Parts: sequence; structure tokens; C-alpha cells
Amino acid sequence: MSIASEIIRPKQGYKLHFVQTAKYKTNTLVWKMKAPLEKETVTLRALLPHVLQSNSRQFPTTTELRSYLDELYGASLYVDVAKKGEYHIMTFTMEIANEKFLSDPAPLLEKGFDLLTGILFEPNASGNAFHQSTIEKEKRTLKQRIQSVYDDKMRYSASRLIEEMCKGEPYEAEATGISEMVEEITASSLYEYYQKALNEDEIDFYVIGDIDATEVERLADNKLKLADRTPLKLSATQIKVEKVNDIIEHQDVKQGKLNIGYRTHITYADKEYFALQLFNGIFGGFAHSKLFINVREKASLAYYASSRLESHKGLLLVMSGIENENYEQAVSIIKEQMQAMKNGDFTDQELSQTKAVVRNQVLETIDVARGLVEILYHNVVAGTSISLDEWLEKTETTTKEEIIKAGERIEMDTIYFLTGMEGEK
Amino acid sequence: MEKILFEQLQEELFYEKMANGLDVYILPKQGFNKSYATFTTKYGSIDNHFNPPGKDSTVKVPDGIAHFLEHKLFEKEDGDVFQQFSKQGASANAFTSFTRTSYLFSSTSDFEKNLKTLIDFVQEPYFTEKTVEKEKGIIGQEIKMYEDNPDWRLYFGCIENMYYNHPVKIDIAGTVESIADITKDMLYQCYETFYHPSNMLIFIVGPVDTEETMTFIRQNQESKPFVDLPEIKRHFENEPEEVAEKKRILEMNVQSSKVMVGIKAAKTDLQGIELLKYELAANVLLDILFSKSSNHFDELYSEGLIDQTFSYDYTQEYGFGFAMIGGDTRQPDTLTDKLTAILLNSKSGEGVTEATLNRTKKKKIGSFLRALNSPEYIANQFTRYSFNEMNLFDVVTTLENLTLDDICSVADSLIKESRLTVFQVVPKK
Repeated sequence: MSIASEIIRPKQGYKLHFVQTAKYKTNTLVWKMKAPLEKETVTLRALLPHVLQSNSRQFPTTTELRSYLDELYGASLYVDVAKKGEYHIMTFTMEIANEKFLSDPAPLLEKGFDLLTGILFEPNASGNAFHQSTIEKEKRTLKQRIQSVYDDKMRYSASRLIEEMCKGEPYEAEATGISEMVEEITASSLYEYYQKALNEDEIDFYVIGDIDATEVERLADNKLKLADRTPLKLSATQIKVEKVNDIIEHQDVKQGKLNIGYRTHITYADKEYFALQLFNGIFGGFAHSKLFINVREKASLAYYASSRLESHKGLLLVMSGIENENYEQAVSIIKEQMQAMKNGDFTDQELSQTKAVVRNQVLETIDVARGLVEILYHNVVAGTSISLDEWLEKTETTTKEEIIKAGERIEMDTIYFLTGMEGEK
Repeated sequence: MEKILFEQLQEELFYEKMANGLDVYILPKQGFNKSYATFTTKYGSIDNHFNPPGKDSTVKVPDGIAHFLEHKLFEKEDGDVFQQFSKQGASANAFTSFTRTSYLFSSTSDFEKNLKTLIDFVQEPYFTEKTVEKEKGIIGQEIKMYEDNPDWRLYFGCIENMYYNHPVKIDIAGTVESIADITKDMLYQCYETFYHPSNMLIFIVGPVDTEETMTFIRQNQESKPFVDLPEIKRHFENEPEEVAEKKRILEMNVQSSKVMVGIKAAKTDLQGIELLKYELAANVLLDILFSKSSNHFDELYSEGLIDQTFSYDYTQEYGFGFAMIGGDTRQPDTLTDKLTAILLNSKSGEGVTEATLNRTKKKKIGSFLRALNSPEYIANQFTRYSFNEMNLFDVVTTLENLTLDDICSVADSLIKESRLTVFQVVPKK
């Protein structure tokens, strides 16, 4: 029995992915464009999806476009950018009601398809340049979006850790772009990049819902005409840690933010990834994990203390919010817990608990159409073809020895602490 | 067990009131992996002044105690309930709002075992002085996390502006000082007042066997000796109609300014279908004025006064309610003036036409369908609606029946200069 059967059809210039399921009241279309993450292009890529979703040739203003979405029973359209490993990914998502739950039987899927392809291929542009005032508005908003990271101290400290830790690597850049590079973008330079991305990016198109595969394929074949391409395959750059980097930054904050980065030298594409995932789960991924128990429950130092993986980059990242003066105690507890993990100092019960919640987490995620797409997309980024069933099976059969073995590769790289103004020289 | 059918939505809802007064609802969802269950008491941060069971005199309890109790309920003599849930492959959580405290889990296996864990841990409090003291450090950090969060400060600052007396203006987690006074005896007192089954509701969504689950809950409840409880007496001071403060500005360590314009609700004694209609109409009005398809949005966005953080919402419960409109901006005062002007002009129905109303209704119906994909949304909203004597599944019909007159009459009753307020967060000089 398969828990989600993904059908993949290679087409000219893109791959069509299709999952038929009756559990949603909506249909979901997700369009993903992937290219190497580079300092030179990241800001263009951060801006482009926002310009495209503002309007189109058919709907030249945002008001017209959004009114049409309202007419389609509040179809939602949104864009997002992310970095995964050495790649940058632009995502366009449309969710549209399945008409069988409406008293009005208008065929919504095809209309949604037309709107999405209109936004992607028929933008509001003329003479090889996007509409001028759209560009100006979206540049202004992008600058504000980049700037707003500073105001959210949890995001800010996470982002600063990566910046310090991955200095000189493409990964140091935020997926949302670099503020200083926004101004120089013009309506024609962005248009030129748009053409390049359409021709060269690796494109994956997911359609999820209670719809017929032949119908989806017919729509796709009719409406999508793309040039052939050979996308670049990159693997994560692995850097050996010479010495642990300690960074302390002072700002006017009430709570200190402690973020610690480890290099695992294991990514989603590696067979050791299953063991790493469980390592992280026992260490800090959940409310039964060592970090939660020892930093929060036993020492009362924090409200949150957890860790997560950057699966395609091979990083393990710890985050916690603590009193400024508890810095040393918190760091030493976290180090002790990491050492305990490496020594295999965890019980069979912790392991089986973690396997159960990891499994639960994956099954829950795929109950949400967008979550399902994110999980399936790991295969595209990693260049693997592991089915969900296989994935769950491998997680289940991973042994304690394999987890300890994965732990041997983990190295602490950077400790970043955002703290209050006390003690500032 | 009663079965309620929603034909257009293709959903079935099962309901039973247990002998001890507990309401139980089950919405089967085949095809989903996940089952989701919430166990909620009609007790939140605003319930800080009440008569303990059987007492003639009232007590006032420290700010933040409902939330503190929520944290402490997870701890038992033999350890932490989180551990139990994760052994059974479930992930558990809880939250406290103004009017509710909710305990929940989601799982993709061992549903009944997890359900038993949920019901039993909520119905078996275990508070000691030692664990209460330990929690003060943890919640203290939670409070500080929010103090550094400008969006939370903006939201709460705006509510504080609106209210003179109503406890909705008190931060749900309290303050480091107020939680210092909390003792185990106070926790027991609040527990005994508000955690009786007749003040609570269980909602389950997922691929579950309805009959079996209902029987299990019935037997579980029958095995526990609950004594009937007289009606809970909560006390609230009178609240003037106008806002307490017209404008306040908070300087913080931020780079972007933020503005929130609030409207204090007018008719806060509504319940049931009246409230449902009023709340939906107020939200439709805000959509007409401020959604991305509105002229106002386009104008404000083009002038660089708002960005993608711009949002708006109307919410109302018994005794309080408010609209909030705002987001990040480069010009807080200009945005404040424009938003205020748009609101005041809409009092006479400006921009509210048959065409915009119909489009907005379609959009709202579509978003409601989208929300029904989410077990979390269904369980949490259904509970909130039920505590206000409304039915979540009446939303589509109520929306379809809204008329221009309904929208205009909400605009007329809600919007008034004296009920408007603004809160701004600006960078420190």
C-alpha cells in the first residue's frame, strides 16, 4: 500500500507531478523554479515572483487580478522564495475550490490553470521590460521585506548565525535577497533575467487534488510550452571546521537569543540521512528531546530550546531564548547534550519515541497539499527518488549504531549570541 | 448520539452530551492520515474575577493564571505528559486565549490511547509548590520573548488603548511580577471553578470510528465521579462605549514602523446566529474596504504606505470585540490618517456596492472551503463558535444571505470616531 502515489511525467522543459486524492475540498497547483544560489542573482530571484504575481497582460493592475481571484471563489495565489542547499527556489502556489462543493458548477480548475500560466508567461511587459511602476512598487516592498528581518529577533539571530557560519559560501545570502542590490535592478534587467530563468531553471509543476490525471495532462500539454534544458546538478559544499567561531552581538533586547550551528557533513541525498534525522529528533527536534528536557524543564532557562536540520545543506541548528546572564550555563548544557548524543547516551525508548513522532510528523505533513509538495520536492533538490513508503521504512529500521556513526561526523561550527546592552564596551 | 448532515459540504457531524455535561463532537474525515482532538474549557485570560464553586464571595486572581494553569497541567507526579504522547507517536500542545484554554494532540496511530491520555491528563490536576516555582522561570522567558516582539506589542497595545476595565486588555501570559504571586492553591481554585465537564467540549476530526470513539468517551466519563456544578459566576466591570486612549506610540529597537488602527466593538451582548451574522458582516465590510482587490489597497500600496504585512480582522465574543487594521509602514502618521478617513467615510456605505458584496461573498465562501481542509481550523473554530452558541457550519448559508443592508447597518453601528484608536511602534531615536 502506498501512502501517496505521485505520478511524474517528464515534459519538454519541465516535469509534471500529479497526486490524485479525494481528501481536500480544493485543488492545489504548485509551480517551482530552481537555480543555483548565487549572490549575483539572488535579489533578482527574490523580486521576480512578486512582480509576476502583481498583474499580467490580461489583468494589468493588481485590483483587476485580485478581483478575478475573488470571482474564482477566492482562489488563493501566493509566491515564496527559499534556499535549499546550494539552490534557490521560487514557488508559485494557487489553491482553488473544487466546484463539486459549490452550488455553482463553473469549471474552476481550467480557469485557475489559465490564470497561473498567464501570470508566468504573459506578464504585464512591453519592449523587453516589465511595467515600470510595478517594478518600483515591488522594489520598495522588497526592501521593506529584507529590512523587517531585523525587527523579528528570532529570525534575525537565525539569519545572523548562517551569515557568520557560511561566510564566503553562496549559502550566506538570505533567500529574500540583499538590500544593497535592490536599487540597481531595472524593468529591463529583471525582464532579461526572467527570460533566462524561464529557459534555464529546473521547473517542476505539481497538481494535487480530486481531479483526473488525463485532464491535468491535457491542460498542461495545451497550455505549457517550454524550451528543453539540462539543469545543473550541484551538491552541498562541505567545509571542514578549523575552530569554533564565537560571536556576541549587543542590541537593545530583553531576551538573549542563542543560536548554535553544527556541520553534519550529511545531506538528504546521503544514505546516512535517516540516522541524522533521528539524531536530531532525540537531541532537539521535539518536546521529549534532550534540549527541551534539560534546558527548559530541568534548568528552567528557556521557553524554547530546540534544533532542526537544514537537510540539503547538511547543517544542524540549535535555537533558544534565554536570560542574558545565563549564556554560559545554556551553552554548557547544550554542549553536554551533544556529547551525550555522540556517546550514544540515549535509551531505546528515546529512540522508539523519536521514530514514532518522526513518522507521525511526516504523515501529518502530507495531509496538507502544500506539505505533501514540500516533502515530494526533496527528491528533486537532492536528485533522489525515494518514495514516501521507502522513506518511512528506512527511518523505522535505522539502528542506534547508525545514529552514533552519523553523530561522529557532526562538528560545532559557530556559537552566535544576541544579547542586551549590558556589558557593552 | 445525534448525527448532523451538511450535504453541500459533504460532511457529517456526530454529537453527544455526556451525563456529566461534557459536549463531544466527532467529524469523521476519511482519507486523512491524521486524527486531531481538542479538549477545551470555556476559561481564558479574561476570567479573572469569579465566585469559586459554592462560595458567596468573589475572588480576583493574578494576571496570567489561566495560561500558567495550562502549562502546569502537563506535569504529573510521574513526569511530563509530552513524554507519554510521544511514546504513542502523537504530538501534543495547548493554548490559552482570551476566552478558552485548549489541550490538543494529533496522531496518525494509536488514536484511542492518545485520546485517553488527553482526557485523563486534563481531568487529573497535579500541582505542587516546587513545580509551580520552576515554571515561573520558563513562563518568564515566554513573556520576555513576546516583549521583544514588535507585532505582539502592536496588537496588544491597540487592545489596551480600547479598554478601560475589561480584562481583555491584560496580556494573556501576565507579567513577570503578576505570575510571581501564583500559588498551587490558586491553581486548584481556578481548576475547580472552570474545568468541570459541563464547562468543556471535546472535538475530534479524523479517520476515526465514530461509534467506538463515542462509547469510549462515555465510559471514560462515567468512571469518574463528577458532582454537578452550579452555574459559573463571572464578574466584569462596566465598560464605556468609547476607547480609553485615542493614540499611543511605543519606541522599540526596530527598523520599520508599524501602525494598528482599532475599532472597539459596539454591540457586545450578541450571541448565537445574531453574533455570527454581525461578525461575518463586519469581516465582509473590512474585505470590501481593504482586500487586495479593493481600490483602497491599490492606492495605499502604490503610495508606498503599506506592504505585504498589511492585514485586517474583526473578532467579537461576549463582552468585547474589535476590528484591527494595519501593518508595517514608512509613514505611520500618514497611514493612520488615511485608514481613519477610509473607515469614517465607509460609515455612510461608501464603496459598498452589490458587485463588491457579491465578489466578496464568493471569496469568503471559497476561503471557508479551503479552511475546511484543515482539521485544526475545524476543531478550534467549531469550539469557539459553540461557546458563543453559534454553528461553524452555518457560515456558508449566513454569508450567502448577507445583504447590502446588513453590511451598511454594521458599518453604521460599528464605525464612530469615539470608538477608533491607533497604536504605533516606531524605531528608537
